[in-house]
Amino acid sequence: MSASAEPYLVIDNVLKRFGSGPEATVAVDHMSFDVKPGEFVSVIGPSGCGKSTLFNIIGGLLGDYEGEVRVGAERISGPHPSIGMVFQEESTFPWRSVIDNVAFPLELRGVPKAERHDRAHHFIDMVGLSGFAKHYPSQLSGGMKQRVSIARTLVSEPQILLMDEPFAALDEQTRLLLGDKILQIQQQLNQTTLLITHNLTEAVQLSDRIVVMTYRPGRLKRIVNIDLPRPRTSEVVGSDAFGHYVAEIWSDLREEASSGMMDAETTAARRNRPRG
Amino acid sequence: MAERTRLRDLAPITVGIASLAAIAVVAELLLLAGVLNRYILPLPSDVLVALVRLVREEDILSRMGLTAFEVLTSGFLVILAGVPLGVLLYRFRLMRAALEDWLGALAAAPIVLAFPLFLVLFGRGPKTIIIISFVYGLAPVVLKTQEGLTATRRVHVNVGRSLNMTPAQMFWKILFPSALPTIFTGIRLSWTFCLVTVVAVEFLVNLGGLGHLINELAERYDMPGAYAAITFVILLSMGFFIVLERIQSWLQPER
Ligand SMILES: Nc1ncnc2c1ncn2[C@@H]1O[C@H](COP(=O)(O)OP(=O)(O)OP(=O)(O)O)[C@@H](O)[C@H]1O
Ligand SMILES: [Mg+2]
Repeated sequence: MSASAEPYLVIDNVLKRFGSGPEATVAVDHMSFDVKPGEFVSVIGPSGCGKSTLFNIIGGLLGDYEGEVRVGAERISGPHPSIGMVFQEESTFPWRSVIDNVAFPLELRGVPKAERHDRAHHFIDMVGLSGFAKHYPSQLSGGMKQRVSIARTLVSEPQILLMDEPFAALDEQTRLLLGDKILQIQQQLNQTTLLITHNLTEAVQLSDRIVVMTYRPGRLKRIVNIDLPRPRTSEVVGSDAFGHYVAEIWSDLREEASSGMMDAETTAARRNRPRG
Repeated sequence: MAERTRLRDLAPITVGIASLAAIAVVAELLLLAGVLNRYILPLPSDVLVALVRLVREEDILSRMGLTAFEVLTSGFLVILAGVPLGVLLYRFRLMRAALEDWLGALAAAPIVLAFPLFLVLFGRGPKTIIIISFVYGLAPVVLKTQEGLTATRRVHVNVGRSLNMTPAQMFWKILFPSALPTIFTGIRLSWTFCLVTVVAVEFLVNLGGLGHLINELAERYDMPGAYAAITFVILLSMGFFIVLERIQSWLQPER
């Protein structure tokens, strides 16, 4: 394996501005951190702090930013073949059945039908959708669709897995169980994983490290090491250590979240202020 | 399960036919009671009788065949030319700026009225009818194709980009399938335009097909016959819709 193919993700002093002049918003402000090979890192922050922006930059979908993102020693300019992305919005193809959605990346690579369906079935089972292979997205619930897109990304077995709030549409139970599955796959494939989330439990349950972001502009507030034993399952949620981590990160996050809420309230108040 | 699906498919048709029959019965009663004028609206029962007469005496099947041929020829030409044009319009902003308004105007213009010009250019025959129908039916497919492609969800395009898809793959595997339902809406609109145009021109220039027959019967003051002939036009249009629906659900089931 060459050095550039090493699944080592570096985010180096990344700054992203939307718009220009006095109207410009800084969405991501000088963020720097890395994700080591096989490591599971979560980025957590309040809504609107710039997480999806960061996600799109790392995925190579958003250009025109300062700083750089590297995979190994290679500076990325556009989507990198060893990165697989799971998007925040619902992204299944409504014109394809579940199996053809999941097999999509293999189809692009010209994998024969029987083989790609075999591999797709494996991942469909893994996300708990056995029996739904022939269904179409319009026949599935929101959470099920999201699991289809997770399976579609996993089927390429990307070395670096990038996920933007993939569990947001799921109920807590499914979220915990699917978290276990993701961890299992991640350990099996030794995937370098970056998870974007605003869910504290999820972040602590899954991560080796958590990057906490501030609200507007999105800066790095703190990086927390999660020293919970591996292999880890969702049962860890009941432990004392888990509770300590959640409390610790919440105290960091609380200030940011409330400044986000205050921001929203003043905007609303300004909008509702009677004229004259 | 398959049987249930069949039943579900049949239910709307049954309800449709039943309500049509109910309307016919009501109309019949109102006409008999003298509430409605029998010189404007013939008795539905007379129209029913005339339907049979048309089949026996007016060679309705070959007339329907001719009209169907003209509509299908212009309809498929419209798809063949319209979809690629729509793609070009989507792809090249300059072309869109230059052509979009003209196409809108084309869709709105009463081109049928220019039929004498077309007759002079292309002669008195099916060819002329097909060409007028083509011109009239073109705009909806072009505009809807362009609209459908433009409306492709951004996240779908991003999935494609994250998988490093080639532009050709992006078009055939994401943009086009995503736009297909809208394209079919355009095709349905276009085919309606084509059918109306074909029948209208047949009617105006007394040339072959169902339109010609409607004109003849109307001139003979055979109102039940004229209404019966119009019924055949409606049957034809229903046939087209069913065929299009089939093609669409074959291309994209459960969408
Ligand atoms: N294309 C864009 N043009 C202008 N501003 C943008 C654009 N995309 C995002 N922003 C702004 O950047 C900021 C961060 O947005 P982003 O979507 O990254 O937030 P987020 O952290 O992912 O939020 P959420 O948790 O709700 O998904 C927001 O203030 C948003 O208004
Ligand atoms: Mg987001």
